[in-house]
Amino acid sequence: MLRQIESFGARGLERIECLGRSGVFLYQALVRMPQPRVGLPLLIKQLYSVGVLSLVIIVVAGFFIGMVLALQGYSILVRFGAEQALGQMVALSIVMELGPVVSGLLFAGRAGSALAAEIGLMKATEQLASMEMIGVDPLQRVIAPRLWAGFISLPLLAMIFSAVGVLGGMLVGVDWLGVDSGSFWANMQSAVDFHRDVLNGIIKSIAFAVVVTWIAVFQGYDCTPTSEGISRATTNTVVYGSLAILGLDFVLTALMFGDL
Amino acid sequence: MLFLGTGVDRAEGVLVCFGGVMPNSFQSDSRLISPSVNKGGRSVSSGSFDRESTVNSFGSLSPVVSEASESFVEVQSLCFSRGARIIYDNLTMAFPKGKITAVMGPSGTGKTTLLKLIGGQLRPSSGTIVVDGVDIVRAGRGALFAARKRMGMLFQSGALFTDLSVFENVAFPIRAHTDLPEDMIRDIVLMKLHSVGLRGARDLMPSEMSGGMARRVALARAIALDPEMVMYDEPFTGQDPISMSVLLQLIRLLNDSLGLTSIIVSHDVQETLNIADYLYIIADGRVIGAGEPEEIMNSDSALVRQFMLGLPDGPVPFHFPAQNYRDELIEGGH
Repeated sequence: MLRQIESFGARGLERIECLGRSGVFLYQALVRMPQPRVGLPLLIKQLYSVGVLSLVIIVVAGFFIGMVLALQGYSILVRFGAEQALGQMVALSIVMELGPVVSGLLFAGRAGSALAAEIGLMKATEQLASMEMIGVDPLQRVIAPRLWAGFISLPLLAMIFSAVGVLGGMLVGVDWLGVDSGSFWANMQSAVDFHRDVLNGIIKSIAFAVVVTWIAVFQGYDCTPTSEGISRATTNTVVYGSLAILGLDFVLTALMFGDL
Repeated sequence: MLFLGTGVDRAEGVLVCFGGVMPNSFQSDSRLISPSVNKGGRSVSSGSFDRESTVNSFGSLSPVVSEASESFVEVQSLCFSRGARIIYDNLTMAFPKGKITAVMGPSGTGKTTLLKLIGGQLRPSSGTIVVDGVDIVRAGRGALFAARKRMGMLFQSGALFTDLSVFENVAFPIRAHTDLPEDMIRDIVLMKLHSVGLRGARDLMPSEMSGGMARRVALARAIALDPEMVMYDEPFTGQDPISMSVLLQLIRLLNDSLGLTSIIVSHDVQETLNIADYLYIIADGRVIGAGEPEEIMNSDSALVRQFMLGLPDGPVPFHFPAQNYRDELIEGGH
């Protein structure tokens, strides 16, 4: 019994130490941005691999989620004769909630796992160690560009997700189910407030971007340099990243809209 | 950096002679590259750095090394542990300037750890490591990174950057630490690659090369900034006889012609004996034998003899500690 308590305490201390290590890691990576001459090409390269390569899954997912939302929403709204409010319902659901959250989850699965695996493999093949021995700081050269690429990419991807989602909703609602096009867009325009809805959605996506990218690069950098260690790092990235997004979403939603 | 341009011009003649990787060409070429090399590639030991410099085929201004009378790396009373396991307990070693010093010992004794400690990638619990006057253990981040520019390290796996071509791998340290124009970087990279016989492979990606080629590219990268010391982590592991021979000759030639201090960590006895000027045998966290290869081969220590002769049983037992075999079988049966 005593041994179990001891082991539980040791695990707890280990977690706290890991959390502290990840905080120091994030701070060091953020303050050690490379010079723009060197850093900008690295950032652009990472924006491509983290952001542009995630575009397909974001666009496709956004489109289908918009369509499903319109289909479901219409079947409910039509019972009350309120199908004209479909645009408003689709836009608010996507911009405030589904856009940031679903794109964050997809980003954790697509880009986050790739980041963790790439950095973990660089560690396992001694590329990070050799960079250190060359006199180049891996935090500056490898981690910082990936972190910033994640911070920039996810909010943009979330915005694209929302825009495509609304278009998907329009396709089903207006072109298929026959909702009046004018009502669809006018209701949306009058109900969606930029500061309250759109901006809060963007703030959420920025928070998710910071958390997911931080988790991904730290898991890769801190992993055990074996195939099993890399596998665990990628799994942890997706699991921790997804749970962090969902938990943080509740906290942010409560802070933003809790006074209702 | 003007000498680099001159180096290209002056070295061309040598480069033509040196060309390729054929081991037979090394000995005659080495005489052209460095006046201090003879006796089949072994350096002649006499005197310290005399500041007389030559431009050689590696594109470097290299001091002619004669006798190394001082240490380039000094390890004093080093203690290092991993968790509860003690790796080094009061280890003291000195690596002479301009020589090839090999560190040998059974697997798991912390040979690679020693290189990481010297490179400042790991911090010891106590003791000092001084590399050419710089205390690596107490150096700040800036001083440590500055010291690393003067060291090169060949990792066991090569550790090439997999997203960069061979050319870009070798150019990486030059781009990171200098503002040289692109045409000069190109010349230096080609000279470094030529010196390891892989100038023609400059456009290949690391995934397109064999292990031996990757290690030679890594060697070219390690000497890209003309370091004063190169550390080799198990350079002979997993090499075919041709690659092994090429690496042996390259390490000797680079050490002598560039005036480097070389530290080789290995457990390949024959290859290391052929190349090393001085040997350390470490086991159980301490030095159990040190001296020139002949001295080590004639050592009285049972542990040293077991290691050097590759005996399966001795002070390092064949069997992992266990209870009595007979007792265990009989008890197990009943």
